Amino acid sequence: MRVLQDAWRYLTDASSWTGDGGMLALLAEQLLLTAGALGIAVLVGLPLALWLGHVGRGGFLAINITNVGRAVPTFALLALLVTADPWGWTGDLFPGTATLGPFGRGGAATLVALALFALPPIITNAYTAVREVPAEVREAARGMGMNGWQVFRRAEWPLALPLVASGVRLALVQVWATATIAALVAGPGLGRVITDGFFRTQYGKGIAGALVVAAVALVLELLAAGVQRAVTPPGAAGNAGAASPGRSRRTSPDAPTVGP
Amino acid sequence: MTLLAATLAPRAASGLLGGRVGERVGEQAAAVDAGTEPRCYSRLVNEWFCWDYVRDYRPEILDATVQHLLITLAAVLLGLVIAFPLALLARRYPRLESTILGVSTGLYTVPSIALFPLLVPFTGLSATTVVIGLALYALTILVRALLEGLRAVPEDVREAARGLGYGAGRLLLRVELPLAVPVLVAGLRVATVSTVALTTVGSLVSYGGLGNLIRDGVQGNFRAELMTAAVLCVALAVLLDVLLVLVQRAATPWTRGRQGQGASA
Repeated sequence: MRVLQDAWRYLTDASSWTGDGGMLALLAEQLLLTAGALGIAVLVGLPLALWLGHVGRGGFLAINITNVGRAVPTFALLALLVTADPWGWTGDLFPGTATLGPFGRGGAATLVALALFALPPIITNAYTAVREVPAEVREAARGMGMNGWQVFRRAEWPLALPLVASGVRLALVQVWATATIAALVAGPGLGRVITDGFFRTQYGKGIAGALVVAAVALVLELLAAGVQRAVTPPGAAGNAGAASPGRSRRTSPDAPTVGP
Repeated sequence: MTLLAATLAPRAASGLLGGRVGERVGEQAAAVDAGTEPRCYSRLVNEWFCWDYVRDYRPEILDATVQHLLITLAAVLLGLVIAFPLALLARRYPRLESTILGVSTGLYTVPSIALFPLLVPFTGLSATTVVIGLALYALTILVRALLEGLRAVPEDVREAARGLGYGAGRLLLRVELPLAVPVLVAGLRVATVSTVALTTVGSLVSYGGLGNLIRDGVQGNFRAELMTAAVLCVALAVLLDVLLVLVQRAATPWTRGRQGQGASA
């Protein structure tokens, strides 16, 4: 158990947190990566999925994108993006080990991979959320003379919101995890501490990094759960788990679908 | 030769590549010396898809694939073995349900690359570390699947079985579990496919099956190795998924004819 003592020593040593390449800087970098990738995925995936759900088409896509996302290893995709220079003209952005501003080494490749892995839960949940709005609600809204946009804005969206939020929450946790793996291939983020520790046989350091990553993951999950609860109107809690026909009540209503 | 040594030196310094890169460069030099066409995986050409690579490195690829498969199967089986009593407990004592589901979901939140290091002090740098870590992830999915599957058994079926004199054990084994198979297999498919993908991360402790090849491919800029391993990963996931579907069809002959239950999660 020497390694656990080493890990503790690394965690309590101020110099491992501060400075360039210290854990605080890496933490900030990884949070930035996570937020950036999640933002991209929400901007791209959410409107598409909501629209598909509204018009009731593309269900095949929405369901299968999750299955595909699950089968492709995050690690392999990251590795491909980092090694690739797909078009030759991408210059500084690819090959993916190039530094991209505050996102660090391999920033562009990492952002793309993370955003891709955030899309499936967002798209699937948002699509299902809109589809599962009861038909009579939609009919009633239309009967009141609402047009398509109003039906979406005033009837479908409020009812879909809890499940949409649970999709984004799943994506958040997943992106954080994937961002950690990025260090195994490219370099940005806290995973760096883990891989450094392991590849240089300083296991204490690797374990310390793992502890920080795990702790932040749990904090993010709790925060996201809080946000999700806040946007769920009282009494609609049961609806939030509609994607997975579970019966869990207070605990997270959604079964985890995918995750690295 | 001095040029060769110079190109080799920085790679050797990174210390992670083993002898293979050197071997590859040497081979290429030999090819150039002999005036023959360099292999498509040689450093000069470095193609993504290269059949020569698959042929020349077949033992290595085969070993990695077998390791990948064994780790995946062991992890899913271990997950199933642990999930079973947990699901029964959760069903028996509803108060435990939220605890069991909560803890397993919490575990699921921890990224795999962080979970493996946390297991290393107890299990060392071994395949056991990877198997246990992956089993914990599979567990989350399987407990839910088992619970949902058992709940999906209609109450009147249960009553009928009891009326026929089935005890609790026989009821579970002969009636409830078979009826829970479709939902359970749906969960098993999700668990298996994601375990295949996650096994690659085990390369952190050098037991990642095809993940080891991917890691070496990235570090040595060996494109054929990287692409071959990635393609094999996806193929393995698809293959196991198809196998599970076939098993389910064989195990539940009564569901045929009323297809389209859409059991997949």
